[in-house]
Amino acid sequence: MSGLQLLWFILIAVLFSGFFFLEGFDFGVGMAVQSLTHNENEKDQIVATIGPVWDGNEVWLITAGGALFASYPFWYATLFSGYYLILLMILAGLIVRGVSFEFRKNVPAKRKQFWNWTLSIGSLIVPFFFGVMFISMIEGMPIDADGNMSATFGDYINLFSVVGGVAMVLLSYLHGLNYIALKTTGPIRDRAKNYAKFLYGILYIGLVAFAVLMYFETDFFKMHFATTLILLVLMVVLTVIANVAVMKAAEITTFVASGATFVALVALIFTGMFPRVMISSISSKYDLLITNSSSSPYTLKIMSYTAIMFLPLVLAYIGWTYYVFRRRVKHAPVLETK
Amino acid sequence: MSIVALGRFQFAMTTIYHYFFVPFSIGTGLVVAIMETMYVITKKDEYLKMTKFWGNIFLLSFAVGVVTGIIQEFQFGMNWSAYSRFVGDIFGAPLAVEALLAFFMESTFLGLWIFTWKMVSPKLHVTFMWIVTLASSLSALWILAANSFMQHPTGYTIKNGHAVMTSFSALLKNPQLWYEFGHVIAAAIVTGGIIITGLSAFQLLKKKEGNPDFYKKSMHIGLLVALFGSIAVLTAGDLQMKALVKEQPMKFAATEGLYKNSGDPASWTLVAWANENGHKRVWGIEVPYVLSILAYDEPSGSVKGMNAINKQLVKEYGNRNYYPPVNTLFWSFRIMAGFGTLMLLVSLLGLFFTRKKNQLLYRQKWMLWILGLCTFTPFLANTTGWLVTELGRYPWTVYGLFTIKQSISPNVSVASLLISNTVYFLLFTGIGATMISLVVRELKKGPDYEEKLDEEEKRAAKIDPFDKEAFE
Ligand code: HEM
Repeated sequence: MSGLQLLWFILIAVLFSGFFFLEGFDFGVGMAVQSLTHNENEKDQIVATIGPVWDGNEVWLITAGGALFASYPFWYATLFSGYYLILLMILAGLIVRGVSFEFRKNVPAKRKQFWNWTLSIGSLIVPFFFGVMFISMIEGMPIDADGNMSATFGDYINLFSVVGGVAMVLLSYLHGLNYIALKTTGPIRDRAKNYAKFLYGILYIGLVAFAVLMYFETDFFKMHFATTLILLVLMVVLTVIANVAVMKAAEITTFVASGATFVALVALIFTGMFPRVMISSISSKYDLLITNSSSSPYTLKIMSYTAIMFLPLVLAYIGWTYYVFRRRVKHAPVLETK
Repeated sequence: MSIVALGRFQFAMTTIYHYFFVPFSIGTGLVVAIMETMYVITKKDEYLKMTKFWGNIFLLSFAVGVVTGIIQEFQFGMNWSAYSRFVGDIFGAPLAVEALLAFFMESTFLGLWIFTWKMVSPKLHVTFMWIVTLASSLSALWILAANSFMQHPTGYTIKNGHAVMTSFSALLKNPQLWYEFGHVIAAAIVTGGIIITGLSAFQLLKKKEGNPDFYKKSMHIGLLVALFGSIAVLTAGDLQMKALVKEQPMKFAATEGLYKNSGDPASWTLVAWANENGHKRVWGIEVPYVLSILAYDEPSGSVKGMNAINKQLVKEYGNRNYYPPVNTLFWSFRIMAGFGTLMLLVSLLGLFFTRKKNQLLYRQKWMLWILGLCTFTPFLANTTGWLVTELGRYPWTVYGLFTIKQSISPNVSVASLLISNTVYFLLFTGIGATMISLVVRELKKGPDYEEKLDEEEKRAAKIDPFDKEAFE
């Protein structure tokens, strides 16, 4: 395994972490539009918290996909063709929720509710199916000698993958609530915290179930006992930190901790898979490995130069945007109708 | 139906749909940037109004463009995994670079542009829009670099049955890339100019238009942009044709419906119909000399016909059918070039008849109708242009290296493809209908709506979420 192959394996993980950290709260806010708010002003208020950034956050996914294609074409090809219908659901979710932002702003008042719903449902579908995809992927999928995956319903949808999907939704929702608490004023801010306090209780149960299923359904503990255990513990610790912080109303800590949980989760998945990138349930001979599914050294080198040159610039202006929009979005009271 | 046919259908449907919105938003984005710049320079409120009004329409098209774009990146892996494996070492890089260099910039600065009206100076604000325009052009450059490799592979070698990159700069120095880039950007500029011209014309046709001056001014800017763009698109298209004769003679011959070698000098076919199975032209009207001029810039020289080229390709690449869908290519090309010429004429005459001395156009309804109907022509020209480029590459995905049949994902079922085609079709229909109704609504509201709303809002003491004072 070359250093560049390892670098790009890590970079793919970083890109997915960035995606879940950032777009995770967008999904959460999207779901909250129909589940947390009491009136249209509150919906507008929380949508405004992500208005300037959600599109940029989604680019993390596009970059992750592009980087996967460029640095691991065989992984990309197997994963994307194998998860055909799952990815179709993800795309459908991304599409309806993406247009909802613009449409809900422009449609006549009576149709706005429709686009609020599509925003919420789209924001729920996407993390759910990402959870299903990544978890079934680490359980191992029927991949043949040519690297083609022909899976059946049960391979995609089973107890562990559904728990993974639900966990992803719950994590996104909590992350969104924490973001709302951090970025708003008024009643919605308190409500977001109250919801979070309650949901952290449920997340603990989910994490235990997740760890147990991981023990039985994957070879992670066999292959990488130490890192798997450490990262699982880290996820629990981060959850405790977030939970305590939400009690103490330390909004920044809560938000950072819930975001870091995603990073730990992605790290758990990637270290557990290492040195494989796709696990074959037919035979370990057919596993896709870092060593045999990457691009040529030349392409990896070009990509590395590009990333080194431009990633800092990108991070700089993204950081600047968050700075520009650093203030809280004010609560607008419902006015007496004339 | 075969998976190849369904996969091709999906590619056509999703890219054509996506490409309605790409030149739409690049083009109108540019016009909006120009309008805002005029505002910054002249400080006249009417330009600010224009920026906001057309900016809203731009944002609608941008939103649809973004969401339909994600499909494209996923599609290569989902439907064309064999292709992705074959060419990923080369093809993936420009896609990743596009995201890193262009998409981040585009989305971040667009977010800034939308939400900082009251927070930053007008100069900084207009800079955001220019950065967005620059970023969208950059994104076009990178995606066309990938497409150009498929049209005209450069900087690669074949290793273990896969194309492997040997030179990244060759990818960027590919002449095909620069023809395509010039042509596509120019086409986007025409598209933006014509959309704004056409929609303004429709507004001026309304009996009770409250603010005709607004639309007259907008139309003027639109016409200037369209004129510039159409001259550029014709020039670039002409260069592209001359390159095609050499690089992809089959595509060229098909767009001319030429089965037998032409005489010398070659005459150009104005209209014709081919019997594709019999490899024969059924009828046609020819104009002497013109094809030689189009192909070589001089009134002599013959052009090879498809029959001869087919024989040559069989010798070079093995026995299969190399005839592309001739009638589609022939007519697509004529629609594109015909509308291109029409748009050039319309923008010239439009400017002539709206000059200060004699503003005939505003009084002649039929002229306004022509301008209004022109709104649709750039969409047709863009679509048919891509049909020529992509169908004309038949039977290859990567010219000379990899065929369409080899490219499909072997593990994807007919059922999956039928489901995804249906899902996309329904989504596209719903989104398209909403999009059109919202543009119409925006036009009905007119440019003064926001002002009225602003006043109402002020009265209602509603707070702009990102207004300076709103933050504590
Ligand atoms: C007389 C005018 C025009 C000529 C001679 C011309 C020529 C061409 C040629 C030869 C191609 C195929 C290039 C290839 O396969 O490598 C092409 C493609 C294309 N054309 Fe045109 N064109 C004209 C006008 C237009 C107009 C007005 C538009 C749109 C507003 C347009 C949009 C496109 C697009 C989007 C493509 C596909 C991308 C590309 O290959 O560049 N064209 N054009």
